[in-house]
Amino acid sequence: MAGSGLVLQLQKQLGDYTTSLFNEGFLDDQFNQLQQLQDESNPDFVVEVVSLFFEDSDRLLNELAKALNYQNTDFRKVDAHVHQLKGSSSSIGAQRVQRVCIAFRNHCEAQNIEGCLNCLQQVKQEYTLVKNKLETKLERQLLAARRSSFPM
Amino acid sequence: MAQSFIMESCNCIEPQWPADELLMKYQYISDFFIALAYFSIPLELIYFVKKSAVFPYRWVLVQFGAFIVLCGATHLINLWTFTMHSRTVAVVMTTAKVLTAAVSCATALMLVHIIPDLLSVKTRELFLKNKAAELDREMGLIRTQEETGRHVRMLTHEIRSTLDRHTILRTTLVELGRTLALEECALWMPTRTGLELQLSYTLRQQNPVGYTVPIHLPVINQVFGSNRALKISPNSPVARLRPISGKYVPGEVVAVRVPLLHLSNFQINDWPELSTKRYALMVLMLPSNSARQWHVHELELVEVVADQVAVALSHAAILEESMRARDLLFEQNVALDLARREAETAIRARNDFLAVMNHEMRTPMHAIIALSSLLQETELTPEQRLMVETILKSSNLLATLINDVLDLSRLEDGSLQLEKGTFNLHSVFKEVLNLIKPVASVKKLLVTLNIASDVPVYAVGDEKRLMQTILNVSGNAVKFSKEGSISMAASVIKPESLREYRTAEFFPVPSEGQFYLRVQVKDMGSGISPQDMPKLFTKFTQTQPLATRNSGGSGLGLAICKRFVNLMDGSIWVDSDGLGKGCTASFIVKLGFPERPYETKLPFAPKVQGNHIQTNFGGLKVLVMDDNGVGRSVTKGLLIHLGCDVTTVGSSDDCMRTVSLEHKVVFIDVSMDCYELASRVRERFGKRQERPLVVALTGNTDKATKDNCIRFGLDGVILKPISVDKMRNVLAELLEHRVLFEAM
Repeated sequence: MAGSGLVLQLQKQLGDYTTSLFNEGFLDDQFNQLQQLQDESNPDFVVEVVSLFFEDSDRLLNELAKALNYQNTDFRKVDAHVHQLKGSSSSIGAQRVQRVCIAFRNHCEAQNIEGCLNCLQQVKQEYTLVKNKLETKLERQLLAARRSSFPM
Repeated sequence: MAQSFIMESCNCIEPQWPADELLMKYQYISDFFIALAYFSIPLELIYFVKKSAVFPYRWVLVQFGAFIVLCGATHLINLWTFTMHSRTVAVVMTTAKVLTAAVSCATALMLVHIIPDLLSVKTRELFLKNKAAELDREMGLIRTQEETGRHVRMLTHEIRSTLDRHTILRTTLVELGRTLALEECALWMPTRTGLELQLSYTLRQQNPVGYTVPIHLPVINQVFGSNRALKISPNSPVARLRPISGKYVPGEVVAVRVPLLHLSNFQINDWPELSTKRYALMVLMLPSNSARQWHVHELELVEVVADQVAVALSHAAILEESMRARDLLFEQNVALDLARREAETAIRARNDFLAVMNHEMRTPMHAIIALSSLLQETELTPEQRLMVETILKSSNLLATLINDVLDLSRLEDGSLQLEKGTFNLHSVFKEVLNLIKPVASVKKLLVTLNIASDVPVYAVGDEKRLMQTILNVSGNAVKFSKEGSISMAASVIKPESLREYRTAEFFPVPSEGQFYLRVQVKDMGSGISPQDMPKLFTKFTQTQPLATRNSGGSGLGLAICKRFVNLMDGSIWVDSDGLGKGCTASFIVKLGFPERPYETKLPFAPKVQGNHIQTNFGGLKVLVMDDNGVGRSVTKGLLIHLGCDVTTVGSSDDCMRTVSLEHKVVFIDVSMDCYELASRVRERFGKRQERPLVVALTGNTDKATKDNCIRFGLDGVILKPISVDKMRNVLAELLEHRVLFEAM
């Protein structure tokens, strides 16, 4: 049956892709845990959490851009945002984002505006990367799921 | 003097006679010498008295001296009176004479007193000399005694330094011979028959031949009758150890008895008046032709030595006995050991046999039962079906019998050990009930079960065998009842009431962590007559008349139950009012309380055996507080996956609004005000048992966080990231111990 061959192929592709994500350090074991939590009672768990992550992070990054300026930077507020971002990324398993956040927080404590701005850039970069990767992955996952439910 | 006066008065006669002149001359010379002597004697006296230190009568000597001096003076003065002399001389002469007279009289009187004294001195001197001689003699005696004592000590030491009978006796003879310089020394021992004395040891003769004398000789009797050493005639048979050769005067011979103690009648109170009359005879001979005699101290020495020998011999006898006893014990030990090994071999052989037979017997049984059941499933005519059913029933019975026999034999030799596990006690009873209900309903018997409220749901013990016992007992009740009802009751015996159940063989004691379960099965069946009562629990005896034998039962059931109950530190007994009046079977067993209490109040506690990790928390209500949306969803997903009923809040105020006693756990993501939130929660619910547990989730691994958590009274801290397994363990741990602080 050709259909099942295609499904298998897709699934294999997905598997490879996911592995590459792990290997490149984009995702860590926490993501595995999330995937484990997805079951029949909670079929869209991963999608939900990932979407939530995207929303939250977009919002936080905007706030951070607003808060960081050369005049009166409220480092406490900045730190709070970064803390949130760190929390979210670690809950998802976005390793690289989390790491940048840790560095970001150190700069905040040191009240180093230059450092903070640098980190902000880095965070945005990493976030964009992991977002793209996750979106691709999810698309492929959906595809694989849809294909497998149609015996062709 | 008279002459001179006469001469003066008649101045007419011629001159003196010429012969008188010679006489006068001699007188003159004698007087001179007398005076000389008289003067020199006192001098000599004074000289010698001064020389001697001890002379008590100096005053007498002075007197004597004075007397002699005056006498001498008198005679000296007399010299002048031969010729014409003046009146002065006469006066002097008279004075001297008067003085002399006085002194000499005084001296004479004094001597009357003194001379008896002087004589008595002589007597005293004699007396003292005698005393000195006596003391000398006594000294001699004491010295001899002391020497004797030394000898005795030395002898005793020699004798007692060994516990060997022969050495003792030989040493005695040798030492005695040496000390007393004996010619011969011999020991006569009574023979086994006690009628003769046999010469056992001698000093000089090397190997005494078995020379015997009858024991009842008068001389021997005499010696045996006294505890002193007695002199005996050298001609008596005991003393004649050497052939009489030539003429020689044999030395004196002394004999003394040596008591021989027999171990069996050695009583400390009897010593030295011995209840035994067995003596040996020691004979000692002084050298012949020596004219030596036995002195008293020598005899005493001999007596003392004889006593010591007796003591030493008794010690040696005791030692011999104990050695013999020890050898005997050793032999017995060896024999016992052998017997034990044989018994063990026999048991092993029996066990092997049983094991083999077990298998061998069960295999065909299994085949029969299996095939018969299969056969039952096929198409059969009614007669065939009946036959197959009978085959099945009989083979089932046989299988049970085999099991029972094997079980019992294992129980008998104590190789059966109870298993120990936690099980549901209530369900055991229910299962038994379910098993007997079919049979009971066929017989139209009503079965009821009553479990007391104090019977714990879970208990520790051997579930299988307990069930077997209950099943057997209730099965019997059903078997032997034709009508009526059967009631089963289970209860826990309170520690105070344990004493009521004590019997000669059963001694229950309350102990920590264990309880006594009492089970009673009452039926209204055929009952048991008093004479059959004692045979109930013995193997293979049937108490039913032949007609009712068909109700089955091998007669082993109760015996096995009794064994099981005994293994469980319990007791089983049956009461019956008599034939046809039903009976009540009761038993008590000791079970343990399970270690960790299984909360049956929580709705999610499934049956867990040993492994305490629960996989499904069945609707456990929890509250998750996290201001990070992503984190919130992740934690929620985690908890939902584990089957919890999760409520999420995003802020402290929301949390305080939502939290209630229904929530068992509140997970708070650590942030700045989580400690405050925790305090508020605790304040709200106080220290009640049902209050929700407050647990912090944090990614911080520093100790400060943990310390703060403890300080603010949180019930636990968990490190993020949290995996499913981790959350599962955490929940289980929290619910059991109500506290969890992960090692940071």
